[in-house]
Amino acid sequence: MYPREFEYVSAGSIAEACQALSDNPGAKVMSGGMSLIPMMKLRLLSPELVVDIGGIAGLGGISDNGDHVSIGALVRHADVASSSMIAEHATALGEAAAMTGDVQVRNRGTVCGAVAHADLAGDAPVAVIALEATMVAQSVRGTREIAAADFFVDTLTSALEGDEILTEIKIPKRSGKSSYDKLGRRGGRTDYAVAGVAAYVEMSGGVVVDCTVAITGVGAKPALASGVMEALQGSTGDEAAVAVAAARATEGVTLLEDLYGSEAYKGHLAEVFTKRAVAEAIARA
Amino acid sequence: MAATTSALGGVVKRSEDPALVQGLGYYTDDVNPPGTLHTAFVRSPFAKAKIVSIDRADALAMDGVLAVYVGADVEHLGMLPAQVAIRPRPLLPTSAVAFSGEAVAMVVAKTRAIAQDAVEAVFVEYEEQVPVISLKDALAGEKLAHDDAENNMVITWEAGPFGDAEAIAATKATIAEAKAREDTVTVSLEMINQRLIPVAIEPRSVIAEWHKGYRRFRVHSSSQIVSALAGAIAKVFDLPNSSVHATAPEVGGGFGVKLNVYPDEILVCFASQQLGEPVKFTETRREASVNSIQGRGWQATASITGTSDGKILGYELEGIADMGAYTQNFTAAIPFLGLFIGSGQYTMPTHWKIDCVLTNKAVTDAYRGAGRPEAEYYLERIIDAFAREVDVDPAEVRRLNFFEKFQDAVTPIGFQMDTGDYAMNMDALLDKVGYEDLKSERDRLRGQGRLVGLGLATYVEVCGFGPSGLVDLGFSWSEYNLPSAFNGTGLLKVTPDGKATMSIGTGPTGQGHQTTWAQIISSQTGIVMDDINIIVGDSKSSPEAIGSFGSRSVAVDGSAAFEASTKVVEKAAKIAAHLLEASAEDIKFADGAAHVAGSPDQSVTWAEIAKSAYQPHLLPEGMEGGLEAFAVFSPGNATWPFGTQLAMVEVDPHTGDVELLKFWTMDDCGNVISPMLAAGQVHGGVTQGIGQALFEEAIYDDAGNLLTTSLMDYLIPTAASLPMFNTDHTVTETHVNPLGAKGIGEAGTIGSAQTVVNAVVDAVAHLGVKHIDMPLRARRVWEAMDEAKGA
Repeated sequence: MYPREFEYVSAGSIAEACQALSDNPGAKVMSGGMSLIPMMKLRLLSPELVVDIGGIAGLGGISDNGDHVSIGALVRHADVASSSMIAEHATALGEAAAMTGDVQVRNRGTVCGAVAHADLAGDAPVAVIALEATMVAQSVRGTREIAAADFFVDTLTSALEGDEILTEIKIPKRSGKSSYDKLGRRGGRTDYAVAGVAAYVEMSGGVVVDCTVAITGVGAKPALASGVMEALQGSTGDEAAVAVAAARATEGVTLLEDLYGSEAYKGHLAEVFTKRAVAEAIARA
Repeated sequence: MAATTSALGGVVKRSEDPALVQGLGYYTDDVNPPGTLHTAFVRSPFAKAKIVSIDRADALAMDGVLAVYVGADVEHLGMLPAQVAIRPRPLLPTSAVAFSGEAVAMVVAKTRAIAQDAVEAVFVEYEEQVPVISLKDALAGEKLAHDDAENNMVITWEAGPFGDAEAIAATKATIAEAKAREDTVTVSLEMINQRLIPVAIEPRSVIAEWHKGYRRFRVHSSSQIVSALAGAIAKVFDLPNSSVHATAPEVGGGFGVKLNVYPDEILVCFASQQLGEPVKFTETRREASVNSIQGRGWQATASITGTSDGKILGYELEGIADMGAYTQNFTAAIPFLGLFIGSGQYTMPTHWKIDCVLTNKAVTDAYRGAGRPEAEYYLERIIDAFAREVDVDPAEVRRLNFFEKFQDAVTPIGFQMDTGDYAMNMDALLDKVGYEDLKSERDRLRGQGRLVGLGLATYVEVCGFGPSGLVDLGFSWSEYNLPSAFNGTGLLKVTPDGKATMSIGTGPTGQGHQTTWAQIISSQTGIVMDDINIIVGDSKSSPEAIGSFGSRSVAVDGSAAFEASTKVVEKAAKIAAHLLEASAEDIKFADGAAHVAGSPDQSVTWAEIAKSAYQPHLLPEGMEGGLEAFAVFSPGNATWPFGTQLAMVEVDPHTGDVELLKFWTMDDCGNVISPMLAAGQVHGGVTQGIGQALFEEAIYDDAGNLLTTSLMDYLIPTAASLPMFNTDHTVTETHVNPLGAKGIGEAGTIGSAQTVVNAVVDAVAHLGVKHIDMPLRARRVWEAMDEAKGA
């Protein structure tokens, strides 16, 4: 179907895009268009104005900024999946990007766009939570930084205000290692996550000294698995310790049934993939 | 393509592809004559409701909106023509809707965008009613799909043998006797063969233009059956068939969904007549899902009774098939196609009974395989369960109960099959793959705790319809103003330049017919393939054509092409003999010319022969001018291809996720005309069967809403989910057509879903799992393992 009629502006700069959003409440930002366009075509969403940031120069790079790696608003999933810098400092995000959509989607869709879209079964959102990334939001009112753990508010709802653009994701360089794994709707690691877990673990002297774990696909939003983190912290990270921690995967999560899993199954998968992702991160750490 | 001729069985590349792979193909939606108007439909959000009122004033007031038609506007045109019209479908309903997504009004506007906007300005007041969704509710009949009916029954197909009450009773008695014996076991499973949405990459599209001065329609449609479409339009508008010219440009996949005439195809004609401009409808993916036909939708219990050594003494299948809200082209006949092969490849007494019921869901009809995948699914699943129960290898159980090699054998259901050699075919696959070694490998891996399974299934199917005597069974196509039953037709004309044009009665949807027909003609005439022009999907060139479906094209229309070629060659040989002063018996055709046997330098080209044919003074005395032949081919029987498939899978014990590791096929479709294209059919067919086994399901909620209306929710297999297929074939010729060829288009689908399910159940059977209903998404497999653990 065609979308309802809308105005379109191709912004030449972030400032111009921010101004357009400020002047037109309800306007939507488009980068790759992989989520926005289907929703508009199904008329689930009918913005009066689409602000296309795809033509803005300088937003398409992954850069090493000393203590953190920066991902610009127009960096594609495919770029992240194949970046050696990401593989080294943000392994979980690289893996999440490689498991997102299909080749066409990965070549067109952006990581920032997917994060801002805040799909409850998205891959990148949990990776940025586990990596304790910072989201940089820009608007005519200025620039602010939001911790990834606070960014995902509800289903398809992020902490971004209507006039803000997610211009950059900053991932701190840390000494631990990360991992992402999931079961996709079409089986294996294809398609949206039925359940997916990103884990970051830092080991020292045979003990887990730092860890962050986040789960996607099973509840209303991608979220931190605080119970898992609490149990893991200070443990040896051996198989038994990981199992004990994974048993707490759904603590505080309201499980949602969908076409791909009952609440019981989703809860079970959350545990299984917590084990897998955490064990892999520990093996790498 | 190189200027070559080809023999039957030669590997040739598809002549269609250069245009298609460059995006230069011409499809129905590319047809845009000046003034074209566009349509969009107002669709019911309810599965069952009375239409209280429709307010179209706001829509009509919009700029660019020309008309909004409702049921009352088109009621005088009658119901939608259909072949087995037990519960015919209205063009637009006048008082009630019977499924969610059924159109209640058609908007015509200057652009598609305006039409879609105007749909939101049409206000329909409904009185919602309780729909019939589950098949058991439908059969019970306490709730009705249509208020004016007494129950939801459409027809019951019962056999053993077909249609003979006394024989059915005798078969039932025989099976009951076997069950009562102390040395037999009976295995039963209730299984669902779920509803599927046929996903053609090109959604349906149609454009009609009424030429008022000539009282003619010009129609383009993405259809498998354009001549039937032309006939249906002629019938509805009371015109001679020749006043409707329908063609299908490139068609991007059909699979049965385009083997139907739809209300929208009639309604665009009506609108064009009313408004005097061409009118187009192109469905959206959502409309393709909710409105066009779906497939499968059976719930049935299969039982086998046999002895502990694996001999089967009786097979029973009893169940319900979901027709949806109406009966369209073949709707009620689809289970009948399953009944044809109800006893499959086997000789055991068979009682088979399927009740066809109406529900408040989208209409079902032919989807690749059409009744036969369902029939073989139940049979091959229960045979596998029986083999496990009596602990005899599943291949051995099949071998013990197969028909022996035959010609013209009659099945326990009562149908005559052409040829078969089932054990030979199965053993060819088992030998090739090293079946015993594979089993050892599976057992070794299972010893390591890995859930690896092997699944075997064999199949026989029936296709290539068919004998023109099918008219007597009611399949006459007369509802579409066509006189013929299921004949193949081919008109081959050699034009004065020595090139050939074949008008043939098929409606390809991507199979590569142009290549295949050129190959058949080239093999018989020696005309190089580049010089052969093929006209398909054209009601004017082939007004009597039936179209492409049911794996019939090669066996039936291909045979017509063969016979027409033979006739043209006979005449051309006489002309060549005359020109070369030789005997016609000594004329051989090759490389674009006629040669005298034994004197290779004595030859005339097809161009020289054709020139003479169109200048009759150059012809032998008494010979008519022209060089063409028309063949109507009615085969002696349908064809009954068969084959064997084997899958190896691994199940993740922690998630239930199924990985398809390997997939082998050994088909037998008799002589293969074009090996690469036949393999392509197997690849696509197997993929659709795997899709049903692992991914696909049209899910309706209790209120009758389809929950899987986009390809985000309706999961079709992708290349990433599939292993490399290892395809092969044996050759058992048929004698019912001159090519010795049987159909191959549906074989892959008919055999594959049960192959995969058998493999997955094999992987988890030792945990106590007996069956898992499709699609075997991870969730279902895990739940089955979890339940077995608790049991």
